[in-house]
Parts: sequence; structure tokens; C-alpha cells
Amino acid sequence: MPKFLAKRIGLGLITLWLLSVLVFFGASVLPGDVGRRVLGPFASQQAVDALNHKLGADQPLLQQYWDWISGFLRGDLGTSVNGQPVSDIIWPALGHSVKLAVLAFIIVVPLGILGGVVAALHEGKASDRLISVGGLSATAIPDFVWAVLAILVFSLWLNVLPSTAQWPDGSGFLTQIKYLLLPALCLVFVLFGYIARMARAGTIEALDADYTRTAVIKGLPQRTVMRRHVLRNSLLPTIAVVATQAGYLIGGLVVIELIFNYQGIGLALFRAAEQKDFPVLESAVLVVGVVFLLATLAADILYSVLNPRVRLGSEDA
Amino acid sequence: MSAGAPPPSLSPSAGGDLAVAVPPPSVDDARLASRERWRLLWHSKTFIAGVVIVGFWILCAIFGKAIAPKDPFAADPLNSLVSPGSAYWFGTDRLGRDVFSRVIVGARDILIVAPLATLLGTVLGTALGLITGYFRGAVDDVLSRIIDAFLAVPVVIIALLAIVALGPSKVALIIVIGVVFAPIIARTVRAAVLSERELEYVSAARLRNERTPYILFAEILPNVMGPVLVEFTVRLGYAVFTVATLSFLGFGIQPPAPDWGLQVFEHFGLISGGYWWPVLFPAAAIASLVIGVNLLADGLTQAFER
Repeated sequence: MPKFLAKRIGLGLITLWLLSVLVFFGASVLPGDVGRRVLGPFASQQAVDALNHKLGADQPLLQQYWDWISGFLRGDLGTSVNGQPVSDIIWPALGHSVKLAVLAFIIVVPLGILGGVVAALHEGKASDRLISVGGLSATAIPDFVWAVLAILVFSLWLNVLPSTAQWPDGSGFLTQIKYLLLPALCLVFVLFGYIARMARAGTIEALDADYTRTAVIKGLPQRTVMRRHVLRNSLLPTIAVVATQAGYLIGGLVVIELIFNYQGIGLALFRAAEQKDFPVLESAVLVVGVVFLLATLAADILYSVLNPRVRLGSEDA
Repeated sequence: MSAGAPPPSLSPSAGGDLAVAVPPPSVDDARLASRERWRLLWHSKTFIAGVVIVGFWILCAIFGKAIAPKDPFAADPLNSLVSPGSAYWFGTDRLGRDVFSRVIVGARDILIVAPLATLLGTVLGTALGLITGYFRGAVDDVLSRIIDAFLAVPVVIIALLAIVALGPSKVALIIVIGVVFAPIIARTVRAAVLSERELEYVSAARLRNERTPYILFAEILPNVMGPVLVEFTVRLGYAVFTVATLSFLGFGIQPPAPDWGLQVFEHFGLISGGYWWPVLFPAAAIASLVIGVNLLADGLTQAFER
């Protein structure tokens, strides 16, 4: 187990380092200097030089990369183009995004698992087709389409939920939930098919397994077979895979947060992209990568804890 | 085995002269298998539904201006935000442009950018997958780590960063989406190559001293074309998704183009005022195209993975 963990963490760190190189040089090597890109073609050369100097963009590239990445490791994310510390923008935004993602997962994980199990129990029948095909189609449709549809139906026509996620200052917990419900619903549409598919595949496999047949043959009641033999084996890996998805979700909130005007990391990324604020943009992308890799690591650990074949098994597991 | 012709096996009588050891029956088998696949495809309801939907939008993309009842670019400030009716079937947008015409003509840009981006990604990804799968070892390790790094951040975010750096244009969209998709496609191709490379025809090619590029592209590639084709259609669905999302964010296709994502972006703020039509119709168009492409992909996957 410790060896397995060390290997995973090591690979994760290498991946992060490569991501930082990709992000930094991808954003820097491309044509035009940073100051010119931020200020536009009509700014005076003096202003461009001044901004470049302020951002450290007049240093050699490797020096810039080192300053950025060593700062990142110390928790100093640098200064945005507007002079605001990047940490002041990113950390509160990340907190907001996590809040939204958690609410969405609390709704979608039980729903998705239920859908997947129901589909597996009716494999090949109409209800299975409906859940599988419907769920996957829902996943394939871009989230902004779901968002505008959700606003149309629940906010404009039924008038039951607010069309923005920005709750009034000082709102209580329940009011905040009410404001987050519509954006969370859009995420439910996007994620349901994915989770249901995982749960369905796992359940079908477990239903087919020898241990299930044995349990049925030895006369256990169907309920017990389902709970102790089928679900236990099919759902725990599903949950572990869902954890990976959670990390991905945090960074994928750009569209939903923009439509619902929610001050999360996605909206911070979008605003930075609009203002060509490369310091914020680069650090935010790297933070998203860190969150994703942490979630993947958590998923790996969870999976190995739940699955003795990985925990005790061979090197290449 | 998912696809392609069965590997030409070495006939024992060929002895030293391995270069001519291609048994003719395999060609017939391949033709039969391919005919069988097409038969399956044309009997698959999902595939036909996909062909109909995507075909409709392709027609709109080609003949858009001829089909559209009004000029999609003609602004008419006196008639802005007219609700749907007999004069304007889908109403007008905030500049008084006809939403119906704009939805029809809007098929063009996305149907140019998304397939080209997918093609670029497939070519790059297939080459990368062939190399990583065939060499394994250090090359594979390094490339796999780079692929992981790409995959650690959602595609839209990486694409957003690159588009901001390059400046939005159709060419930039194609290149960025193609490059971002390449590692994902490479991963699938690599898995297919890993099982191919152990087969006899590859060792035969190696024994008769073929050059590595020849083995990769002339021997292995034809045998992994099935997964490559399936991956292409699946990725096409994601490319439509990504282009639409980037356009929605204002970093894709630029105004005044009647692109669907852009139309939603320009008008979603007006929904709460009750102006739903400039948003709903382009959004429905995107949804139908994405579903159509996914039905195509689903049909192909089923036909090839039998």
C-alpha cells in the first residue's frame, strides 16, 4: 500500500510539473509580448514596457517560469494585471465552486446510482434504453444549453427559482441552497448519464458473477443478494470513479458560473481570459490541475481500499 | 479483435522469402467483413437517425443562404426582439435580425471548424498512439505523462487559455481543439496498437527488416482503422460541444457570424426579461446536432465492435 501510494503521488507530481510547463510556455512562447497583448495595439510602447516590467515579463523566460513556479509552491500566486494578489482572487472563488459542486454531487450521485441499478436490473428493456440513451444524450448536450433551458422553465415560466446564483448578502444556509439549486440541476443533467452508466456496467457485471449465482442458489432472499453481493461489489468502484469526476467538475464550471453569475473559479477564469490577465489565468489553470490530481489520488486510494485485488496485487495494477 | 482486415499470416511454405507472403483470401475476408458492417449500419435505427439529423444540418451549412427566407445579417432596429409569429417564424434578435435565418445559416461555421479540428486531432493522435504503443519503454512513458498533463484540466479550460494567447479565429480554434484532442485519441489508438504489435504479421515485417515508419503506417495502421474511425465520430461530438462552448464564451467564432453558441451568448442575459426565442432556438439547434453526431458514433461503435 505505501509503495502504491508513493508511486501514485510521484506520477501526480510529474504530471503537475508537466502541466505547469505546458501552461506557462504555451501562454508565453506564443507571438507578441504580454504587455502588448494586455494593453492592445494602440497603447504606447512606454506603457507596454512598464507593464512588462511590473509583471516581470521583461525577464528571461526561464527566470519568469522559475519565479512563477517557486512562488506557487510557497503559496504566492503572484499579482494580477490589475495589481491584485492572485491568491485573493483564486482561493475564495475555489471555495464557492466547491460549494456548488458538493451540492450537485449530493443530488446526482444517489440519482445516478439508482438509475444505473434500475437500468441494469431491466437490461435491454425499454426502461434501460431510456435511462442509458437518455442519460448519455443529456451528457452530450453542452451545459450552457441545459442552463438556458433550466432558466426558461424554472425561472421564467414556473417562476419558482432565481435565475442567478448570486444570493443577497447575509443570506442563510437554506436561501443559499435555493440560489444554488438551478446551477446544480444543470450539473445533474450533465453528470447523471455518466454515473448511471458506471453503476449500470458494475451492476450487470456483479449480477453475472459466480458469487451472485452461488448466493441465489444457496437460497438467500433476493433483497439480501442485492444488498450484500451485488451492490457492494458494483457500487464502491463507481463511487471511486465519481471522485475523479468531482475534481474534473470543479474546473469545468466556467459556463454554468458565467450564466448564473456565480463568483467561482470558473467565472474567475473567464474574467481573466476576457482581460487577458495571464497571471490569474495561468495560476487558476494550475490550481484546477492540482484539484483534479488530488481528486484522482483520493479516488485511487478509495478504490484500492475497497478493492483488495489492487491493494495487495501486482505492480502494474 | 475489433476491426480491419485479419492480419496476413505467414504461410509456412514461404520460407526465407517473407516479402511475398500475403495470402490472397484475407482480402476477400476483409471485403466481406466490410460489406457486413455496412449492412449492419443501414439496419441500425440509431445510425439512420444520426444520418438524417446531421445530414439536415450539412444541407443547411451548404445551401444556408439559399434556404434562409431572410438575410441573416440584415439588422433592423425598428423590429428588434419581435416574438415568433408569421412574419418571423423564430422571432428577431436584439438587432432585429431574423432568428430563423440565423439558425439555418449558423450551421456552417461549426460544421467547418468541428470536423477539421477532429480530423487534425485524429491524425496527430493516431500518429502519437502508434508511436507510444509500438515503442513502449521510455518514449511511451514520456508521452504518456504529457498526455496525462493535458488530461488533468478540462478541455474547455486548456482551449480557453490557448485561444486567449493566440487570439480567437477559426484557424486558431481548429488548431487548439485538434491539439487538445490528440492525446485523448492517442490513448485509444495506443491501446489498440498494444494488442496489434504482438501479432505475427508485425514480427514478420520486423524480421524482413522493414523500416519502422513502414511497419507503423503501412502494416499496423490499416488494422487499427476501425477504432480510429469510431474515435473520430465520438470526438466529433465532443468537438461540436467544445466549439459551441467556446463560441458561447466569446472565444470561438466571432460576431457578426450567426453561430449558435454566439447567439446564445449574446442573448442569455435577456431571458429573464421574457425574450426566450433568440436563446431557445439556437440552443435547440446545438442540442440536435450534438445528439445527431452521437447517434452516428453510437451506430458506428456497435457495427465495429461486434
